[in-house]
Amino acid sequence: MQFAFTPEQEMIREAAREFVAGHGSSTHLRAVLAGAQGYDPQSWQALAVELGWTGLALPENVGGGGLGAVELAILLEETGRRLFMSPLFATSGLATALLCECAAPAQQERWLRPIAAGACIATAALTGDSGRPEAIGMTLTPDGGGGGRLDGHASFVLYGDVSDLVLIAARTQGQAGDEATTLVVLPRGTAGCTAARLVTMDPTRPYARLCCAGVRVGPDAIIGGIGQAGTALARGLQIAQIAFAAEQLGGAFGALEMTVEYARQRVQFGRVIGSFQAVKHRLADLLVACEAAKSAVCYAACMVDEYRAGTATAQELAEAAALVQSCCSEAFMQCGANAIQLHGGIGFTWEHDAQLYFKRARSALTYLGTPDWHRERIARLIGLDDPPPAAAGDGR
Amino acid sequence: MKLGFTPAEEAFRRECAAWLEAQLSGPFRAIRGATGLVACVEQRLAWERVLGRARWSVIGWPERYGGRDASLAEQVIFAEEYARAGAPGRMGHLGVELAGPTILHFGNDAQRERFLPKIAAGEEFWCQGYSEPNAGSDLAAVRTRARLEQGPRGAEWVIDGQKTWTSLAQFAQWIFTICRTEAGSRGPAGLSYLLVPMQQSGVTLRPIRQITGEEEFNEVFFDGARTPAEYCVGRPGDGWKVAMGTLAFERGVSTLAQQMRFRNEFEQLVAAARANGAARDPLIRQRIAEAWIGLRIMRYSALRMLSGGREGALPPEALTYKIYWATWRRRLGELAMDVLGPAAEIARAAPYEFDDLPRMFLASRSDTIYAGTNQIQRNIIAERALGLPKEPRGDR
Repeated sequence: MQFAFTPEQEMIREAAREFVAGHGSSTHLRAVLAGAQGYDPQSWQALAVELGWTGLALPENVGGGGLGAVELAILLEETGRRLFMSPLFATSGLATALLCECAAPAQQERWLRPIAAGACIATAALTGDSGRPEAIGMTLTPDGGGGGRLDGHASFVLYGDVSDLVLIAARTQGQAGDEATTLVVLPRGTAGCTAARLVTMDPTRPYARLCCAGVRVGPDAIIGGIGQAGTALARGLQIAQIAFAAEQLGGAFGALEMTVEYARQRVQFGRVIGSFQAVKHRLADLLVACEAAKSAVCYAACMVDEYRAGTATAQELAEAAALVQSCCSEAFMQCGANAIQLHGGIGFTWEHDAQLYFKRARSALTYLGTPDWHRERIARLIGLDDPPPAAAGDGR
Repeated sequence: MKLGFTPAEEAFRRECAAWLEAQLSGPFRAIRGATGLVACVEQRLAWERVLGRARWSVIGWPERYGGRDASLAEQVIFAEEYARAGAPGRMGHLGVELAGPTILHFGNDAQRERFLPKIAAGEEFWCQGYSEPNAGSDLAAVRTRARLEQGPRGAEWVIDGQKTWTSLAQFAQWIFTICRTEAGSRGPAGLSYLLVPMQQSGVTLRPIRQITGEEEFNEVFFDGARTPAEYCVGRPGDGWKVAMGTLAFERGVSTLAQQMRFRNEFEQLVAAARANGAARDPLIRQRIAEAWIGLRIMRYSALRMLSGGREGALPPEALTYKIYWATWRRRLGELAMDVLGPAAEIARAAPYEFDDLPRMFLASRSDTIYAGTNQIQRNIIAERALGLPKEPRGDR
């Protein structure tokens, strides 16, 4: 047991900070926001190909760096800190987590290798309009030959319109429940599949709506077999939630740091506002929330590595995912909201970045399950629905 | 960064567990699960001596002073097993967790040889003399005076003044205390850290009955109390630095034992909620899940804190730890009352004896006060971790 970052991990953090300082300034961010793609292809090239970040945490046998979930969490925290806009989470946090959990070795080799090489932007289309993690919006009608026909739509597909590869969760026609879930992989340009960019309240997180109308899917595009994705998909999603939480953690710290900086220089009543307890105590509370979230991310990322090594159970992974999402979503929201409040009027303007942190925190809060949803999962996981213990623990 | 234990550490776990089980199902069966600080005193004092003889009292200390030179992982394991076995709260905790580490770190060899083995052996108990009627949050305002005098036994400190909120003084042979040794000094300057024997005519105790009905803490009066000149830890005048060092030890390995107590309380609460049906209430479920999250966060924050170096300024995870656990436990007490409903209001026995959870509700109200109130903690966090301006003083 060693619960501090290793020198190698600290070096990765340093490298990430340096990269984001060069490619992720506020001016840069505004330029990306003004464009149509939602990321800067040049920065993405540097990140994915030159630095090899998309493959950093992928196994070496598919050309990855062979590092783990802790290293990936560091990258996502540091990019999240400056709201760096790129499909890094979609590709390396989400799509690869699903492929690693659901795909057989040959399929992994086929789809992960281009991701590791930085040659492929990938994402996942999971939910329908409600956005609830269990509400899948696509249906697969099996054709009897190992493939099928895909119909329906998925909302909230991160970078869905610029992805080279989309993983689609689909229910098998006429069936319900986890058992009936199929994971399908579709390359860009598949006939019958269209993706439309949506105008989002949070402009830093580009969603598309993906529609499939009679899309023919061959057996090789089915990941892990028809109706077979259920549990593996749920685990993949949990691993993705943990990666996503790391990005939220970065955002929370970013919003807090920006606000502390402002409170240290803004003068009112002849004093910097950071000297008033009304402001200072609120900022202290935000740091408490951020440090708690950081502990949660460290623990959950370690749990992914333990789970993959066979030394943690599926239950432990599920608990960690629900915990870290609930904790990081709230810390980020709290920091985003207070960034606006403590900046005062300027924080309410379009030109200031406070609103971007706030909006990013808000969209992150619902993306892979709300804090309430995750806490309800915890309630079930820790046994609140088990039969009452025999004659123990009664208060009287 | 990784979790998990080696085979050798797991063997150590079995050794701890076997020893604890043998003791607590045998000679110490009666105090298994004892939580109140002043219940079953004789047996718990005996338990301290048995722990000491078997070298389980202070496993992280050097062997020569009665410890085992245990690694962090071993200390984590022991704390876990201690709680799992339902071993009683430590009567000797002020010596084991505060006085001992302070003497080990700031004392000289003679002081270490004189005091540490007795603490380790459970033969001498300690209490803490910091707060005074007019030095609470503003601890540096202490007025208790000490002056050096030549007596029949050589040079001695002669002490006059009053301390308050002194826990477990009624069982202590020694008190570590900060006194003003430079006449006319103010604030942190001119204080010295003295070790004073309790059994002498110059020391008088007056018990204070507290919110739980128990008399666990006391007023301590010094009227010409004496201690040898060489029982000053650090140089005379450096007492503030040493006292702050002691407070830092409250964030040490002892936090693990504390968390284990919290876990037992949480599990009692869950059992009660399942027994009376509160566990089906969606709002209670959310709050129980939130409490579970906090418990996990504390564990991993503590591991971060303990895995980091001890050098230099306290890192943010250490500065935010106290307010986090204190607030968590106060909330746990409130949740316990909501789970139990009106039944919690009814005493188990006269004169004022309550079950564990309602008593914890009352006791938890002190958590956000002692060892730095939440308000003082926010000042400390804002000033030291966020670099915001220090509070202005009204008197200097």
